[in-house]
Amino acid sequence: MRWWLPVQASSFAPEIDGLFTAILIITGLAFFLVEGSMIWFLIKYRARPGRKATYTHGNVKVEYVWTAFPAVVVIALGLTSNHYWKQIKGRDSVPPNSYPIKVHAKQFEWLFTYPGPDGKLGTDDDITEVRNKLHVPVNRPIVLEEESEDVIHSVFVPAFRLKQDAVPGMHIRAWFIATRPGEYDLGCAELCGMGHYKMHAKVTVQSQAEFDAWLAKAAQGDIE
Amino acid sequence: MTSVAATHDVGHAAHAPTGIWRKYIFSTDHKIVGIQFLFLSLLFLLLGGLLAMQMRWQLGFPNTPMPGGGILPESMAPGGVILPEYYIQLVTMHGTFMVFFALMPLLVGVFANFLIPLKIGAHDMAFPRINMASFWVAFLAGLIMLASLFAPEGAARAGWTMYVPLSARPDLSGADLGQKLWCVSIVVVGLSSILGSLNYITTIINNRAPGMTWFRLPLSIWSLFIVAILGLLALPVLSGAAIMLLFDQTIGTHFFDPAVGGQALLWQHLFWFFGHPEVYILILPAMGMVSDIIANGSRKPIFGYHSMVFAIIAIAFLGWIVWGHHMFMSGMNPTLGSSFMISTMVIAVPSAIKTFNWMGTMWQGNLRFHVPMMCAIAFVAMFVIGGLSGLFMAATPVDMQIHDTYFIVAHIHYVLFGGSLFGLFGAITYWFPKMFGRMMNERWGKIHFWLTFVFYNLTFFPMHILGMAGHMRRIYDPTQYDFLKPYQPLNQFISVCAFLLFASQAIFALNFIISLFRGRKAELNPWQDNGLEWTLPSPAPHGNWERLPTVYRGPYEYSSPQVEEDYLPQSRKLPTDREPAVLAGAVP
Amino acid sequence: MTHGAAVAMRPPFPAERGMNVYNHKLAMYAFLASEVMFFGALIGAYIILRLGAPGEWVKRGAVLNISVTAFNTFLLVTSSLWMALAHRAIARGNQKMLRTWLGLTIVFGAAFVTIQALEYIHLMDRGLLASGVRDGSELAGLVANGTLPATITLYGACFYTLTGFHGFHVTCGVLSMTYLFFTKALRGKYSQQDYRGIEVVGLYWHFVDVVWIILFTIIYLI
Repeated sequence: MRWWLPVQASSFAPEIDGLFTAILIITGLAFFLVEGSMIWFLIKYRARPGRKATYTHGNVKVEYVWTAFPAVVVIALGLTSNHYWKQIKGRDSVPPNSYPIKVHAKQFEWLFTYPGPDGKLGTDDDITEVRNKLHVPVNRPIVLEEESEDVIHSVFVPAFRLKQDAVPGMHIRAWFIATRPGEYDLGCAELCGMGHYKMHAKVTVQSQAEFDAWLAKAAQGDIE
Repeated sequence: MTSVAATHDVGHAAHAPTGIWRKYIFSTDHKIVGIQFLFLSLLFLLLGGLLAMQMRWQLGFPNTPMPGGGILPESMAPGGVILPEYYIQLVTMHGTFMVFFALMPLLVGVFANFLIPLKIGAHDMAFPRINMASFWVAFLAGLIMLASLFAPEGAARAGWTMYVPLSARPDLSGADLGQKLWCVSIVVVGLSSILGSLNYITTIINNRAPGMTWFRLPLSIWSLFIVAILGLLALPVLSGAAIMLLFDQTIGTHFFDPAVGGQALLWQHLFWFFGHPEVYILILPAMGMVSDIIANGSRKPIFGYHSMVFAIIAIAFLGWIVWGHHMFMSGMNPTLGSSFMISTMVIAVPSAIKTFNWMGTMWQGNLRFHVPMMCAIAFVAMFVIGGLSGLFMAATPVDMQIHDTYFIVAHIHYVLFGGSLFGLFGAITYWFPKMFGRMMNERWGKIHFWLTFVFYNLTFFPMHILGMAGHMRRIYDPTQYDFLKPYQPLNQFISVCAFLLFASQAIFALNFIISLFRGRKAELNPWQDNGLEWTLPSPAPHGNWERLPTVYRGPYEYSSPQVEEDYLPQSRKLPTDREPAVLAGAVP
Repeated sequence: MTHGAAVAMRPPFPAERGMNVYNHKLAMYAFLASEVMFFGALIGAYIILRLGAPGEWVKRGAVLNISVTAFNTFLLVTSSLWMALAHRAIARGNQKMLRTWLGLTIVFGAAFVTIQALEYIHLMDRGLLASGVRDGSELAGLVANGTLPATITLYGACFYTLTGFHGFHVTCGVLSMTYLFFTKALRGKYSQQDYRGIEVVGLYWHFVDVVWIILFTIIYLI
């Protein structure tokens, strides 16, 4: 059982994990500082006969300091986060020439449509309705063109740190670059009904050659 | 109505003796109304807990018969094995019961009603009959919500957040009447909240005793005042949304139906525009009462009283502009993601101020560890964890990983259980003597505290790990996923700790019930507190004071050099005190 | 009256005790704030749905009768004038004129609701429902031949919900004023020293009027 974030299998996983770790360090320090001080206070200032509390209403200067400090920290955190946010989810963040794959979400399965040899979706040579199997070539920008048939679902691949809701009535794009060949899980991350727990797809990251071979067989209807 | 006569303060003497119905059932006495809310919401707290226990059974021991599951209908749990459609009802109703019928009424319905007139020096609320109505309307809402469990196909099951289109379409969710009753109940409970808010706001503004200036109000009252305003403005938005959803479900409107031009995201915006102020409604009263208790337990004035007030106001104000942080992955415009992230980061600052000020209060104090103080300290300790975990989700890229996972579940429960509920345990213990005239048992209180504290952390802290791994929320059977199978032992561990946590609450329940009848009789001021309510007998009588008190100082004058004792009540007049400025014609 | 009310009514107040606004008025302000949020949610939803609608929205005047509703608006706005006059009358102790103006307010308010109800019946007859257009109706025909856009489905939902809740609020106002008229105004229970009920119901009535002006503008005129 892994006690940390999953294995990093996409290009922005290291970035997100880095941000997570940074926040963990900051909050960890804050945690030990605050909880530690509190435990110390509980011991040092516990009531004993003959003691009296110090009568003071506060200290404005100290308050300025401990207000300014967290403010600076959160603003820095915000700016850093925003930088990565724009890169990953921004309006113009999808890399040009991304390989498009359509994701059609429905209760309770994922139907993927791959572009055929022409590399474009929505043409006659598309390989349609591949159930619960997402194959992608490694080290190549992929853009998922998400849509939903019925209710809100959410594409979630923990190993890629990828999450994007699929909303009926909307066409939403989510891109990633898979960097590590292997098999990963894709789950639905938005309650979509009683079958929500079994909306499970398998993601296979493979070399371009293996991917092409798989796609060719899939085009024949031979999907394994 | 006759013209106003220039009478003096006659107190509440002019009352015919009332029978049981008017005295205890249809009472307009704010204290009785508060106690009615207490019994109603403790019941719902228990029910909400029972629902959670069933969820944890399924998660810890998937697809196995649950002990006692035999009483459930075959359509929900054949042979005691919970079905997926039942599981998501449990998820939905646990959240609904806890938020709307346990925490909100406990924090606001109980303590706003009980404390406000007592702590500001008034005979009762400005509108006692509207106050009584607010309870009975909440009671009605509770009945409707309970009834929804018994609808033919069962209760609502789209999560307490009721996202559309799932919640609008019985053909997609499997629930029909149950969903509709949920909407109706929510509109009714919103009405109860608004009626309450009208009273709290009017009473605090207009009915304070002479000398009770704004900056002499205890922080419990400040937080209840601000929360009343939040509720007044937020609940109507939820009602509007719930009505639109109800219309989609009943008269065929298509507000949320994308096929005909409706928008699924519209629900989320409306719900969370209410939902975020709602979570501040769920924490601020606890923060206020914890402030009162920590000052008392530390025998020291609150550190930075004015900042504490401004922090409450800042949190409430900022709370209106962060709602989108619940929707980072929703498909809304990513630019909105940026703006909501900034506002969410900023709201961490006033919460930090409050935490440091609580610590500043304890620093160089003379700490008494009575049960309420222990609960208040635990509140601070665990609110810190809950608040810090919020920073992870505020960072939008990180939220990509942890949104809709158990990391969020951990966060919510650290702030609501570790925070609000511990605050409530402390507050109930603290004001029990003023409500009932007896003390809760101190020893059993401490035992309950420690058992709860330990099992609570063991239950919820590991959920952060599950969330990091990608364990999604509201999943009936995690073992379906290869990447989650290794975490099943952790799920089991959490479930066992959850059962022990729930069992430990029996101690609180028994302590509460037995103390009602056999608790040590309470004196006037068992905690040696400065508040006005502690100058009254325990329990406080109808009408509170014969003659309204006069206030000479702030609420936290502990260890003041002016007196021998380490506390100095607000209404105690010292030779050096002047009477507050009172204009002609007003009540002395 | 309750003790609290007696205290609150007595001007002037000690400076630290309040805002010099008596309890009932303060509560009405607070209540109206909640109503702003309620109508705000519905109006906000309408704006979002209309701006995001797939295709054209129903054109001004294509379905709804602007002239009749304009007259109705005039009735409601005028009723606010009667209300203001009623308030002024009792502030001067004039019981008779209070009854006259309050009575007129009620009549005009009731007329507004009646005309709106008749409007609803007429529209439903033509086929506009909250759920869209009724099959085989006149409006269904206009949709089929392209005169009316498909967004009429949403249009109907928004129209009935927004104007319906407004109409409900007007009705509550009319009923309240009627109650106060018969139990208080007619029996001379208001006076120059105490006319809180009139003032408070007046605030509510003006609010309802303002909401209508907004609704009339964004649903009928734009």
